[in-house]
Amino acid sequence: MKKLIIAISCILAFTASSLQAKDWKEVRIAVDIPYEPFEYKAPDGTLTGFEVDLGNAVCAEIGAKCEWIPQAWDGIIPGLLARKYDAIMSSMSITEERAKKVLFSEGYYNTPSGWFAKKGANLNTADKTVMKGKKVGVQRGTLQDNYVTEKLGDVIEVKRYTTADDLVLDLTGGRLDVVFLDYPVGEKTIITDSNYETVGDTIPVGDGIGVAFRKRDQELADKFNKALKKLKEDGTYDTIMKKYFSYNIKI
Amino acid sequence: MFEQLNQLLAQNDIFTHSTLAHYWGGFVVTIQLVFLALIIGAIIALPLGILRTSKNPWISKPIWLYVYIFRGTPLIVQLFLIYYGTAQIDSIKDTWLWDNILSEAFYPCLIAFVLNTAAYTTEIIKGAIDNTPAGEIEAAKAYGMSWAKRMHRIILPSAFRRALPAYANEVIFMLHASAIASVVTIVDLTGAARDIYSRYYAPFDAFLFVAAIYLCITFTLIFGFRHLENKLLAHLKPLS
Repeated sequence: MKKLIIAISCILAFTASSLQAKDWKEVRIAVDIPYEPFEYKAPDGTLTGFEVDLGNAVCAEIGAKCEWIPQAWDGIIPGLLARKYDAIMSSMSITEERAKKVLFSEGYYNTPSGWFAKKGANLNTADKTVMKGKKVGVQRGTLQDNYVTEKLGDVIEVKRYTTADDLVLDLTGGRLDVVFLDYPVGEKTIITDSNYETVGDTIPVGDGIGVAFRKRDQELADKFNKALKKLKEDGTYDTIMKKYFSYNIKI
Repeated sequence: MFEQLNQLLAQNDIFTHSTLAHYWGGFVVTIQLVFLALIIGAIIALPLGILRTSKNPWISKPIWLYVYIFRGTPLIVQLFLIYYGTAQIDSIKDTWLWDNILSEAFYPCLIAFVLNTAAYTTEIIKGAIDNTPAGEIEAAKAYGMSWAKRMHRIILPSAFRRALPAYANEVIFMLHASAIASVVTIVDLTGAARDIYSRYYAPFDAFLFVAAIYLCITFTLIFGFRHLENKLLAHLKPLS
Protein backbone atom coordinates (compact mmCIF):
# COMPACT_ATOMS: atom_id res chain seq x y z
CA MET A 1 0.00 0.00 0.00
CA LYS A 2 2.73 2.39 1.00
CA LYS A 3 4.60 1.71 -2.25
CA LEU A 4 1.45 2.38 -4.21
CA ILE A 5 0.97 5.74 -2.52
CA ILE A 6 4.59 6.67 -3.19
CA ALA A 7 4.25 5.62 -6.82
CA ILE A 8 1.08 7.63 -7.29
CA SER A 9 2.51 10.73 -5.65
CA CYS A 10 5.60 10.42 -7.84
CA ILE A 11 3.46 10.28 -10.96
CA LEU A 12 1.40 13.23 -9.78
CA ALA A 13 4.51 15.22 -8.98
CA PHE A 14 5.92 14.56 -12.44
CA THR A 15 2.75 15.46 -14.31
CA ALA A 16 2.33 18.59 -12.18
CA SER A 17 5.84 19.79 -12.92
CA SER A 18 5.51 19.06 -16.64
CA LEU A 19 2.29 21.09 -16.69
CA GLN A 20 3.89 24.04 -14.99
CA ALA A 21 6.93 24.32 -17.22
CA LYS A 22 5.11 25.69 -20.24
CA ASP A 23 7.72 26.42 -22.90
CA TRP A 24 5.17 26.92 -25.70
CA LYS A 25 6.43 24.20 -28.04
CA GLU A 26 2.84 23.81 -29.08
CA VAL A 27 0.27 26.58 -29.43
CA ARG A 28 -3.38 25.85 -29.98
CA ILE A 29 -5.15 28.66 -31.83
CA ALA A 30 -8.90 29.03 -32.18
CA VAL A 31 -10.58 30.14 -35.42
CA ASP A 32 -14.21 30.63 -36.31
CA ILE A 33 -14.56 29.23 -39.82
CA PRO A 34 -15.64 30.12 -42.44
CA TYR A 35 -14.71 33.80 -42.53
CA GLU A 36 -13.33 34.36 -45.99
CA PRO A 37 -10.65 35.30 -46.82
CA PHE A 38 -9.24 35.23 -43.28
CA GLU A 39 -9.94 31.61 -42.47
CA TYR A 40 -11.81 29.08 -44.55
CA LYS A 41 -11.63 25.57 -45.92
CA ALA A 42 -10.04 25.22 -49.35
CA PRO A 43 -11.91 22.94 -51.79
CA ASP A 44 -9.64 20.05 -50.77
CA GLY A 45 -10.60 20.49 -47.10
CA THR A 46 -7.42 22.08 -45.77
CA LEU A 47 -7.67 25.13 -43.56
CA THR A 48 -6.38 28.24 -45.26
CA GLY A 49 -6.70 32.02 -45.29
CA PHE A 50 -4.81 35.15 -44.34
CA GLU A 51 -4.86 34.62 -40.59
CA VAL A 52 -4.02 30.94 -40.87
CA ASP A 53 -0.97 31.69 -43.05
CA LEU A 54 0.09 34.54 -40.78
CA GLY A 55 -0.39 32.41 -37.66
CA ASN A 56 1.69 29.61 -39.16
CA ALA A 57 4.43 32.11 -40.01
CA VAL A 58 4.40 33.40 -36.42
CA CYS A 59 4.61 29.86 -35.07
CA ALA A 60 7.56 29.11 -37.36
CA GLU A 61 9.19 32.29 -36.08
CA ILE A 62 8.84 31.40 -32.39
CA GLY A 63 9.68 27.75 -33.01
CA ALA A 64 6.33 26.34 -31.93
CA LYS A 65 3.89 23.96 -33.53
CA CYS A 66 0.56 25.52 -34.39
CA GLU A 67 -2.65 23.57 -33.98
CA TRP A 68 -5.81 25.20 -35.36
CA ILE A 69 -9.01 24.60 -33.45
CA PRO A 70 -12.37 25.48 -35.03
CA GLN A 71 -14.62 27.24 -32.55
CA ALA A 72 -17.94 29.09 -33.04
CA TRP A 73 -17.72 32.82 -32.40
CA ASP A 74 -20.26 32.90 -29.56
CA GLY A 75 -18.14 30.73 -27.28
CA ILE A 76 -14.69 31.75 -28.43
CA ILE A 77 -13.65 33.81 -25.37
CA PRO A 78 -15.07 31.41 -22.76
CA GLY A 79 -13.24 28.60 -24.61
CA LEU A 80 -9.95 30.49 -24.29
CA LEU A 81 -10.50 31.10 -20.58
CA ALA A 82 -11.40 27.41 -20.15
CA ARG A 83 -8.03 26.51 -21.73
CA LYS A 84 -9.47 24.66 -24.71
CA TYR A 85 -6.82 26.59 -26.69
CA ASP A 86 -4.11 29.16 -25.97
CA ALA A 87 -4.85 31.95 -28.41
CA ILE A 88 -7.55 33.34 -30.70
CA MET A 89 -6.68 34.47 -34.20
CA SER A 90 -10.10 34.91 -35.63
CA SER A 91 -10.38 38.53 -36.74
CA MET A 92 -11.11 39.64 -33.18
CA SER A 93 -11.22 43.42 -32.94
CA ILE A 94 -9.47 44.97 -29.98
CA THR A 95 -12.12 46.54 -27.77
CA GLU A 96 -12.21 47.85 -24.22
CA GLU A 97 -14.84 45.33 -23.11
CA ARG A 98 -12.90 42.38 -24.48
CA ALA A 99 -9.62 43.68 -23.04
CA LYS A 100 -11.16 43.25 -19.58
CA LYS A 101 -11.33 39.48 -20.19
CA VAL A 102 -8.36 38.73 -22.44
CA LEU A 103 -4.87 39.99 -23.24
CA PHE A 104 -4.44 41.38 -26.73
CA SER A 105 -1.30 41.40 -28.87
CA GLU A 106 -0.44 44.44 -30.94
CA GLY A 107 -2.87 44.87 -33.83
CA TYR A 108 -1.94 42.81 -36.88
CA TYR A 109 -4.45 44.13 -39.39
CA ASN A 110 -7.36 46.48 -39.76
CA THR A 111 -9.98 46.37 -42.46
CA PRO A 112 -12.67 48.92 -43.17
CA SER A 113 -16.32 48.03 -42.87
CA GLY A 114 -18.79 48.47 -45.67
CA TRP A 115 -22.51 48.70 -46.40
CA PHE A 116 -23.94 46.20 -48.87
CA ALA A 117 -27.37 46.19 -50.48
CA LYS A 118 -29.26 45.10 -53.57
CA LYS A 119 -28.56 47.23 -56.63
CA GLY A 120 -30.91 50.19 -56.99
CA ALA A 121 -31.69 50.37 -53.27
CA ASN A 122 -30.61 54.03 -53.36
CA LEU A 123 -29.64 54.33 -49.74
CA ASN A 124 -27.76 57.07 -48.00
CA THR A 125 -26.62 55.33 -44.85
CA ALA A 126 -25.67 58.57 -43.12
CA ASP A 127 -29.15 60.08 -43.57
CA LYS A 128 -31.50 59.10 -40.78
CA THR A 129 -34.66 60.01 -42.69
CA VAL A 130 -33.69 57.67 -45.54
CA MET A 131 -32.73 54.89 -43.14
CA LYS A 132 -35.88 55.13 -41.05
CA GLY A 133 -37.54 51.74 -40.62
CA LYS A 134 -34.93 49.91 -42.68
CA LYS A 135 -33.88 46.42 -41.68
CA VAL A 136 -30.14 46.30 -41.17
CA GLY A 137 -28.22 43.06 -40.68
CA VAL A 138 -25.07 42.77 -38.57
CA GLN A 139 -23.15 40.02 -36.84
CA ARG A 140 -24.03 39.96 -33.15
CA GLY A 141 -21.51 41.53 -30.80
CA THR A 142 -19.16 42.77 -33.54
CA LEU A 143 -17.79 46.30 -33.91
CA GLN A 144 -20.19 46.78 -36.80
CA ASP A 145 -23.06 45.86 -34.47
CA ASN A 146 -21.94 48.51 -31.96
CA TYR A 147 -21.40 51.09 -34.69
CA VAL A 148 -24.82 50.64 -36.28
CA THR A 149 -26.61 50.44 -32.93
CA GLU A 150 -24.96 53.64 -31.74
CA LYS A 151 -25.38 55.68 -34.92
CA LEU A 152 -28.76 54.55 -36.17
CA GLY A 153 -30.23 52.35 -33.44
CA ASP A 154 -33.12 54.73 -32.80
CA VAL A 155 -34.49 54.72 -36.36
CA ILE A 156 -33.58 51.36 -37.90
CA GLU A 157 -34.40 47.78 -37.02
CA VAL A 158 -31.14 45.99 -36.20
CA LYS A 159 -31.18 42.27 -36.99
CA ARG A 160 -28.36 40.38 -35.29
CA TYR A 161 -26.98 37.13 -36.70
CA THR A 162 -24.62 34.57 -35.24
CA THR A 163 -22.75 33.84 -38.46
CA ALA A 164 -22.05 35.85 -41.61
CA ASP A 165 -23.55 32.97 -43.63
CA ASP A 166 -27.02 33.43 -42.13
CA LEU A 167 -26.73 37.16 -42.65
CA VAL A 168 -25.92 36.86 -46.35
CA LEU A 169 -28.68 34.26 -46.78
CA ASP A 170 -31.26 36.68 -45.40
CA LEU A 171 -29.97 39.58 -47.51
CA THR A 172 -30.25 37.55 -50.70
CA GLY A 173 -33.54 36.09 -49.45
CA GLY A 174 -34.92 39.62 -49.27
CA ARG A 175 -35.49 39.95 -45.52
CA LEU A 176 -32.86 42.68 -45.08
CA ASP A 177 -32.60 46.06 -46.77
CA VAL A 178 -28.90 46.53 -46.13
CA VAL A 179 -26.10 44.90 -44.15
CA PHE A 180 -23.02 46.36 -42.47
CA LEU A 181 -20.08 44.01 -42.61
CA ASP A 182 -16.33 43.77 -42.54
CA TYR A 183 -15.56 44.94 -46.08
CA PRO A 184 -13.43 41.95 -47.23
CA VAL A 185 -16.10 39.50 -46.07
CA GLY A 186 -18.79 41.33 -48.00
CA GLU A 187 -16.48 41.54 -50.99
CA LYS A 188 -16.05 37.76 -51.06
CA THR A 189 -19.61 36.74 -50.21
CA ILE A 190 -22.05 39.44 -51.33
CA ILE A 191 -20.82 41.47 -54.30
CA THR A 192 -19.68 38.33 -56.10
CA ASP A 193 -23.38 38.32 -57.07
CA SER A 194 -23.80 41.08 -59.66
CA ASN A 195 -27.22 42.04 -58.26
CA TYR A 196 -25.56 43.47 -55.15
CA GLU A 197 -23.33 46.44 -54.59
CA THR A 198 -21.52 48.44 -51.94
CA VAL A 199 -23.36 51.47 -50.64
CA GLY A 200 -21.27 54.57 -50.07
CA ASP A 201 -17.67 54.62 -48.93
CA THR A 202 -15.99 52.11 -46.67
CA ILE A 203 -15.83 53.16 -43.02
CA PRO A 204 -12.91 52.51 -40.67
CA VAL A 205 -14.20 51.04 -37.42
CA GLY A 206 -12.22 50.24 -34.30
CA ASP A 207 -8.57 49.81 -33.32
CA GLY A 208 -7.71 46.84 -35.49
CA ILE A 209 -7.48 43.13 -34.96
CA GLY A 210 -5.31 41.47 -32.33
CA VAL A 211 -4.43 37.98 -31.15
CA ALA A 212 -6.20 37.25 -27.87
CA PHE A 213 -4.52 35.36 -25.01
CA ARG A 214 -5.35 34.57 -21.41
CA LYS A 215 -4.32 37.43 -19.13
CA ARG A 216 -1.68 35.34 -17.37
CA ASP A 217 0.09 34.31 -20.61
CA GLN A 218 2.01 37.57 -20.99
CA GLU A 219 5.08 35.58 -22.03
CA LEU A 220 3.29 34.05 -25.02
CA ALA A 221 1.87 37.43 -26.00
CA ASP A 222 5.37 38.93 -25.94
CA LYS A 223 6.62 36.15 -28.20
CA PHE A 224 3.78 36.79 -30.65
CA ASN A 225 4.34 40.55 -30.63
CA LYS A 226 8.03 40.11 -31.36
CA ALA A 227 7.37 37.64 -34.17
CA LEU A 228 4.62 39.79 -35.72
CA LYS A 229 6.89 42.84 -35.66
CA LYS A 230 9.62 40.89 -37.41
CA LEU A 231 7.24 39.50 -40.07
CA LYS A 232 5.90 42.99 -40.78
CA GLU A 233 9.46 44.28 -41.27
CA ASP A 234 11.03 41.47 -43.30
CA GLY A 235 8.32 41.37 -45.98
CA THR A 236 6.74 38.04 -45.05
CA TYR A 237 3.59 39.87 -43.93
CA ASP A 238 3.32 41.68 -47.26
CA THR A 239 3.73 38.45 -49.22
CA ILE A 240 0.91 36.80 -47.29
CA MET A 241 -1.27 39.92 -47.55
CA LYS A 242 -0.85 40.14 -51.33
CA LYS A 243 -1.93 36.54 -51.67
CA TYR A 244 -5.41 37.40 -50.32
CA PHE A 245 -5.97 41.14 -50.75
CA SER A 246 -5.73 43.69 -53.51
CA TYR A 247 -5.56 46.52 -50.97
CA ASN A 248 -3.61 47.34 -47.84
CA ILE A 249 -4.77 46.08 -44.44
CA LYS A 250 -1.43 46.36 -42.66
CA ILE A 251 -1.18 48.39 -39.46
CA MET B 1 -38.61 50.90 -3.86
CA PHE B 2 -37.56 52.71 -7.06
CA GLU B 3 -34.73 54.43 -5.24
CA GLN B 4 -33.39 51.09 -4.05
CA LEU B 5 -33.62 49.74 -7.56
CA ASN B 6 -31.76 52.72 -8.93
CA GLN B 7 -29.04 52.28 -6.34
CA LEU B 8 -28.71 48.61 -7.22
CA LEU B 9 -28.49 49.41 -10.93
CA ALA B 10 -25.85 52.07 -10.37
CA GLN B 11 -23.56 49.49 -8.83
CA ASN B 12 -23.10 47.20 -11.81
CA ASP B 13 -22.20 47.52 -15.48
CA ILE B 14 -24.46 44.90 -16.95
CA PHE B 15 -27.94 45.34 -15.54
CA THR B 16 -28.53 48.93 -16.51
CA HIS B 17 -31.84 50.47 -17.48
CA SER B 18 -31.20 49.84 -21.16
CA THR B 19 -30.36 46.15 -20.75
CA LEU B 20 -33.38 45.63 -18.48
CA ALA B 21 -35.52 47.27 -21.16
CA HIS B 22 -33.94 44.88 -23.66
CA TYR B 23 -34.88 41.91 -21.44
CA TRP B 24 -38.40 43.28 -21.05
CA GLY B 25 -38.78 43.50 -24.82
CA GLY B 26 -37.59 39.90 -25.04
CA PHE B 27 -40.04 38.84 -22.34
CA VAL B 28 -42.96 40.37 -24.25
CA VAL B 29 -41.92 38.65 -27.49
CA THR B 30 -41.51 35.26 -25.79
CA ILE B 31 -44.93 35.51 -24.14
CA GLN B 32 -46.59 36.59 -27.41
CA LEU B 33 -44.90 33.87 -29.42
CA VAL B 34 -45.59 31.03 -26.98
CA PHE B 35 -49.17 31.88 -26.16
CA LEU B 36 -50.22 32.68 -29.71
CA ALA B 37 -48.64 29.40 -30.82
CA LEU B 38 -50.39 27.48 -28.04
CA ILE B 39 -53.82 29.03 -28.67
CA ILE B 40 -53.72 28.61 -32.46
CA GLY B 41 -52.16 25.16 -32.04
CA ALA B 42 -54.93 24.07 -29.67
CA ILE B 43 -57.62 25.35 -32.06
CA ILE B 44 -56.08 23.29 -34.89
CA ALA B 45 -55.40 20.27 -32.72
CA LEU B 46 -58.93 19.82 -31.38
CA PRO B 47 -60.61 18.83 -34.68
CA LEU B 48 -57.48 16.95 -35.77
CA GLY B 49 -57.44 14.99 -32.50
CA ILE B 50 -61.09 14.03 -32.91
CA LEU B 51 -60.70 13.10 -36.59
CA ARG B 52 -57.53 11.15 -35.77
CA THR B 53 -59.72 8.65 -33.87
CA SER B 54 -61.90 8.16 -36.95
CA LYS B 55 -62.13 4.62 -38.28
CA ASN B 56 -61.97 5.87 -41.87
CA PRO B 57 -58.29 5.57 -42.93
CA TRP B 58 -58.70 8.38 -45.50
CA ILE B 59 -59.31 10.73 -42.59
CA SER B 60 -57.09 9.36 -39.86
CA LYS B 61 -54.00 8.40 -41.90
CA PRO B 62 -53.16 11.88 -43.28
CA ILE B 63 -53.42 13.27 -39.76
CA TRP B 64 -51.26 10.44 -38.49
CA LEU B 65 -48.68 11.37 -41.14
CA TYR B 66 -48.70 15.04 -40.15
CA VAL B 67 -48.28 14.21 -36.47
CA TYR B 68 -45.59 11.65 -37.28
CA ILE B 69 -43.54 14.15 -39.31
CA PHE B 70 -43.77 17.03 -36.86
CA ARG B 71 -43.12 14.90 -33.81
CA GLY B 72 -40.38 13.00 -35.57
CA THR B 73 -38.20 15.98 -36.54
CA PRO B 74 -36.54 18.58 -34.30
CA LEU B 75 -38.29 21.92 -34.00
CA ILE B 76 -35.15 23.78 -34.99
CA VAL B 77 -35.03 21.90 -38.31
CA GLN B 78 -38.67 22.77 -38.98
CA LEU B 79 -37.93 26.41 -38.15
CA PHE B 80 -34.93 26.53 -40.50
CA LEU B 81 -36.97 24.97 -43.31
CA ILE B 82 -39.80 27.46 -42.90
CA TYR B 83 -37.56 30.50 -42.32
CA TYR B 84 -34.63 30.01 -44.69
CA GLY B 85 -36.35 27.53 -46.99
CA THR B 86 -39.20 29.81 -48.02
CA ALA B 87 -36.74 32.64 -48.74
CA GLN B 88 -35.13 30.50 -51.44
CA ILE B 89 -38.30 29.82 -53.43
CA ASP B 90 -38.97 32.60 -55.92
CA SER B 91 -42.57 31.64 -56.60
CA ILE B 92 -43.40 32.24 -52.94
CA LYS B 93 -41.60 35.57 -52.88
CA ASP B 94 -43.79 37.02 -55.63
CA THR B 95 -47.01 36.52 -53.69
CA TRP B 96 -48.68 38.54 -50.93
CA LEU B 97 -47.74 35.73 -48.56
CA TRP B 98 -44.12 36.90 -48.65
CA ASP B 99 -44.74 40.63 -48.35
CA ASN B 100 -47.14 40.40 -45.47
CA ILE B 101 -46.11 37.32 -43.54
CA LEU B 102 -42.93 35.50 -44.40
CA SER B 103 -40.58 38.47 -44.72
CA GLU B 104 -40.87 39.17 -40.99
CA ALA B 105 -39.02 36.76 -38.74
CA PHE B 106 -41.91 36.57 -36.27
CA TYR B 107 -44.43 34.82 -38.51
CA PRO B 108 -42.30 31.98 -39.93
CA CYS B 109 -41.33 31.28 -36.36
CA LEU B 110 -44.95 31.36 -35.19
CA ILE B 111 -45.93 29.02 -38.03
CA ALA B 112 -43.23 26.53 -37.06
CA PHE B 113 -44.27 26.67 -33.40
CA VAL B 114 -47.97 26.30 -34.22
CA LEU B 115 -47.42 23.29 -36.48
CA ASN B 116 -45.18 21.67 -33.91
CA THR B 117 -47.36 22.19 -30.86
CA ALA B 118 -50.51 21.28 -32.85
CA ALA B 119 -48.94 17.89 -33.69
CA TYR B 120 -48.16 17.13 -30.05
CA THR B 121 -51.53 18.40 -28.83
CA THR B 122 -53.34 16.31 -31.46
CA GLU B 123 -51.67 13.21 -30.10
CA ILE B 124 -52.51 14.16 -26.51
CA ILE B 125 -56.19 14.65 -27.40
CA LYS B 126 -56.27 11.46 -29.45
CA GLY B 127 -54.79 9.50 -26.56
CA ALA B 128 -57.28 10.93 -24.11
CA ILE B 129 -60.23 10.11 -26.40
CA ASP B 130 -58.97 6.56 -26.94
CA ASN B 131 -58.85 6.06 -23.19
CA THR B 132 -62.52 6.82 -22.65
CA PRO B 133 -63.94 3.82 -20.77
CA ALA B 134 -65.94 1.66 -23.20
CA GLY B 135 -68.78 1.44 -20.67
CA GLU B 136 -69.42 5.19 -20.85
CA ILE B 137 -69.72 5.09 -24.62
CA GLU B 138 -71.96 2.02 -24.53
CA ALA B 139 -74.20 3.70 -21.99
CA ALA B 140 -74.41 6.81 -24.17
CA LYS B 141 -75.29 4.67 -27.18
CA ALA B 142 -77.93 2.86 -25.12
CA TYR B 143 -79.51 6.25 -24.45
CA GLY B 144 -79.71 6.76 -28.20
CA MET B 145 -77.19 9.60 -28.39
CA SER B 146 -75.83 10.45 -31.82
CA TRP B 147 -72.05 10.57 -32.49
CA ALA B 148 -71.98 14.36 -32.14
CA LYS B 149 -73.94 14.33 -28.92
CA ARG B 150 -71.73 11.55 -27.49
CA MET B 151 -68.62 13.60 -28.33
CA HIS B 152 -70.10 16.76 -26.87
CA ARG B 153 -71.59 15.33 -23.70
CA ILE B 154 -69.58 12.25 -22.78
CA ILE B 155 -66.26 11.79 -24.53
CA LEU B 156 -64.77 15.28 -24.78
CA PRO B 157 -65.50 16.48 -21.24
CA SER B 158 -63.81 13.47 -19.69
CA ALA B 159 -61.06 13.43 -22.35
CA PHE B 160 -60.15 17.03 -21.56
CA ARG B 161 -59.79 16.21 -17.91
CA ARG B 162 -57.55 13.27 -18.68
CA ALA B 163 -55.50 15.32 -21.17
CA LEU B 164 -54.87 18.19 -18.79
CA PRO B 165 -51.68 16.97 -17.02
CA ALA B 166 -50.08 15.98 -20.34
CA TYR B 167 -51.08 19.29 -21.90
CA ALA B 168 -49.57 21.21 -18.98
CA ASN B 169 -46.29 19.51 -19.85
CA GLU B 170 -46.66 20.49 -23.50
CA VAL B 171 -47.17 24.13 -22.53
CA ILE B 172 -43.99 24.14 -20.48
CA PHE B 173 -42.02 22.36 -23.20
CA MET B 174 -43.28 24.94 -25.70
CA LEU B 175 -42.09 27.77 -23.47
CA HIS B 176 -38.63 26.25 -23.27
CA ALA B 177 -38.55 25.35 -26.98
CA SER B 178 -39.32 28.98 -27.82
CA ALA B 179 -35.72 29.80 -26.90
CA ILE B 180 -34.68 28.69 -30.40
CA ALA B 181 -36.54 31.67 -31.87
CA SER B 182 -33.37 33.61 -31.17
CA VAL B 183 -31.51 31.81 -33.97
CA VAL B 184 -33.68 33.49 -36.60
CA THR B 185 -32.93 37.03 -35.35
CA ILE B 186 -35.99 37.30 -33.10
CA VAL B 187 -35.07 39.07 -29.88
CA ASP B 188 -36.98 36.91 -27.43
CA LEU B 189 -35.76 36.33 -23.86
CA THR B 190 -32.89 34.13 -25.02
CA GLY B 191 -32.12 36.50 -27.90
CA ALA B 192 -31.91 39.39 -25.44
CA ALA B 193 -29.58 37.36 -23.22
CA ARG B 194 -27.38 36.55 -26.22
CA ASP B 195 -27.20 40.21 -27.22
CA ILE B 196 -26.23 41.25 -23.72
CA TYR B 197 -23.76 38.39 -23.37
CA SER B 198 -22.02 39.32 -26.61
CA ARG B 199 -21.89 42.98 -25.63
CA TYR B 200 -20.42 42.48 -22.15
CA TYR B 201 -18.83 39.00 -22.42
CA ALA B 202 -20.53 38.00 -19.21
CA PRO B 203 -22.21 34.67 -19.92
CA PHE B 204 -23.09 33.91 -16.30
CA ASP B 205 -24.83 37.21 -15.58
CA ALA B 206 -26.69 37.35 -18.89
CA PHE B 207 -27.92 33.75 -18.92
CA LEU B 208 -28.52 33.23 -15.18
CA PHE B 209 -30.81 36.24 -15.21
CA VAL B 210 -32.75 34.93 -18.17
CA ALA B 211 -32.92 31.44 -16.64
CA ALA B 212 -34.49 32.99 -13.54
CA ILE B 213 -37.15 34.68 -15.68
CA TYR B 214 -37.96 31.39 -17.45
CA LEU B 215 -38.24 29.72 -14.04
CA CYS B 216 -40.70 32.38 -12.88
CA ILE B 217 -42.86 31.91 -15.99
CA THR B 218 -42.73 28.13 -15.58
CA PHE B 219 -43.77 28.32 -11.94
CA THR B 220 -46.66 30.61 -12.81
CA LEU B 221 -47.80 28.12 -15.46
CA ILE B 222 -47.46 25.15 -13.10
CA PHE B 223 -49.40 27.03 -10.45
CA GLY B 224 -52.19 27.82 -12.92
CA PHE B 225 -52.48 24.26 -14.16
CA ARG B 226 -52.35 22.87 -10.60
CA HIS B 227 -55.29 25.11 -9.74
CA LEU B 228 -57.18 24.01 -12.85
CA GLU B 229 -56.50 20.33 -12.15
CA ASN B 230 -57.66 20.67 -8.56
CA LYS B 231 -60.88 22.14 -9.81
CA LEU B 232 -61.58 19.86 -12.78
CA LEU B 233 -60.23 16.62 -11.36
CA ALA B 234 -61.70 17.05 -7.87
CA HIS B 235 -63.96 14.02 -8.37
CA LEU B 236 -60.93 11.76 -8.86
CA LYS B 237 -59.33 12.67 -5.55
CA PRO B 238 -59.50 10.44 -2.50
CA LEU B 239 -62.15 11.66 -0.09
CA SER B 240 -59.96 12.07 2.95
